[in-house]
Amino acid sequence: MATANEKDAVLQAHAQNHAIAALLAAKPACITNARFDRGELTLWIERDDIRPVCRTLQKAGYNFLVDVTCVDWYPSEPRLQVTYHILSHSLKERIRLCVMVDTLDPEVASITPEWPSANFYEREVWDLFGVRFGGHPNLRRIMLPDQWEGHPLRKDYPVEGYR
Amino acid sequence: MDAADYVISPLIEPRVEEGSKDRTMVLNMGPQHPSTHGVLRLVLEIDGETVLRLVPDIGFLHTGIEKTCEAKFYQQVVPLTDRIDYLSPMSNNLCYCLAVEKLLQLEIPPRAQFLRVLLNELTRIQSHLVWLGTHAMDIGALTLFLYTFREREEILKIFEHVSGQRMMGSYFRVGGIALEPPVDFFERVQNLLKMMPERIDEYENLLHGNPIWVRRLQGVGYLSAADAIALGVTGPPLRASGVDWDLRRDMPYSGYEKFQFNVPVSSVGDVWTRYVLRVQEMRESLKICQQALDGMPSGPLKANAPKVVLPDREKMKTQMESLIYHFKIVTEGFAVPAGQVYQAIESPRGEMGYFVVSDGTAKPYRVHMRNPTFASLQALETMCVGRLLADVVAVIGSIDIVLGEIDR
Repeated sequence: MATANEKDAVLQAHAQNHAIAALLAAKPACITNARFDRGELTLWIERDDIRPVCRTLQKAGYNFLVDVTCVDWYPSEPRLQVTYHILSHSLKERIRLCVMVDTLDPEVASITPEWPSANFYEREVWDLFGVRFGGHPNLRRIMLPDQWEGHPLRKDYPVEGYR
Repeated sequence: MDAADYVISPLIEPRVEEGSKDRTMVLNMGPQHPSTHGVLRLVLEIDGETVLRLVPDIGFLHTGIEKTCEAKFYQQVVPLTDRIDYLSPMSNNLCYCLAVEKLLQLEIPPRAQFLRVLLNELTRIQSHLVWLGTHAMDIGALTLFLYTFREREEILKIFEHVSGQRMMGSYFRVGGIALEPPVDFFERVQNLLKMMPERIDEYENLLHGNPIWVRRLQGVGYLSAADAIALGVTGPPLRASGVDWDLRRDMPYSGYEKFQFNVPVSSVGDVWTRYVLRVQEMRESLKICQQALDGMPSGPLKANAPKVVLPDREKMKTQMESLIYHFKIVTEGFAVPAGQVYQAIESPRGEMGYFVVSDGTAKPYRVHMRNPTFASLQALETMCVGRLLADVVAVIGSIDIVLGEIDR
């Protein structure tokens, strides 16, 4: 996790970046953290702000949702890092958004209204990590059978499965 | 769970029109169906021959590769990546290696970059050959399959020659390429490049003037540019809908900026256009291969990073230091500095991306694959609704799905 100083330093150094400029103009408080590492920009977003942030980015020219996935930082809480990769065809730039959720209430708003392509990706994250997406039109398991117990890509799920 | 617990849900119920005896029919297509290119199950609601709804049901080939990766050393993941998209194994190898190299911030020597580009373009051609043969076979043009597989076999022989395996080569390594290619490798590729343009003309002769082929493809499976972007479609179907976007040109990786090639684009957006663009893409790939052959630099094939790249066999047997490095890499792996990277390449099917997270140890903390046809499958309903049932087969062929990469 980056420190508060790192966040301010990154936001200052990349003030010209279209995504950062648009988000700071709209609602600066939605960014909880920022990092610029190996040429890639990552912004940590307040959980409740993900949909407005996506809309702001769409207006700033980030038109293509590449991927939604998750990383489990077990045992630290909030441990689930829902990760969005967004691409701009016109700017030729990528940005990564992260939302941290805990396992007591693993829920994020679905971004299917903004990008219909999030449908399958979010189903996959629900299936394999157990993150619920509020407002998703069809939040069913996608890879595993409907009756499956547990979410296999969580770190406390054994690699060979429960025996 | 016992096998008996696996219940396949119906997903759609047939609808009965009020005040009428007419009702729609729910049709199950797959999982075992020759034109679904694997184990894809489609549940279709049809009214006569017209498709009203289409729900894909996937996961039959899910093997948990992402979870397996977390239990392997970084170098042990390379052979796993072959098995994701088994029609373009070298693209997977490249994408994964580039992602880990980005984490390690390794510099790859130009000769390795050129060889990677050359092999990736050969992969693209052979993948498109499989697509063309099976797509034509779905439509009923059985002959073409035999022609395309003849040429594909030539390319697979080259792969076998260079890596020892026809399909699952695992020839790329983090930090470069496993071995210097055999002496007559370049000559074989050159012979292939000489032969291919004529063979592609041959395919077009078989298909272009064929009235059945034309009628089954033209105007079928329309997808607008806005829909394609909204539904996450990439690669040839996106370009066939009029979006001029190719990662090789727009966000170059592995030295693609040194090559000259055209990106075929059209705005018609139907199955026919996707066919035409892919065939043009094969010709462009041949150009790239030729440039890679002509400009092949000399020099090392592996990055100068003894703690990451295995030493040459000769050195390992004669120098103590190399032997130690060899032993350490094989038994303990190599530690990768903590961080998260996303690396995307233009695979034959579209944007393939690897999201690799490292926690500073020798095993990846998380590997996620963004696969192009997983997203393209979502557009299937948009392309098929309101069309005839027979068109579904043509549309599935046109997005070139590989179930191995969809289910992972």
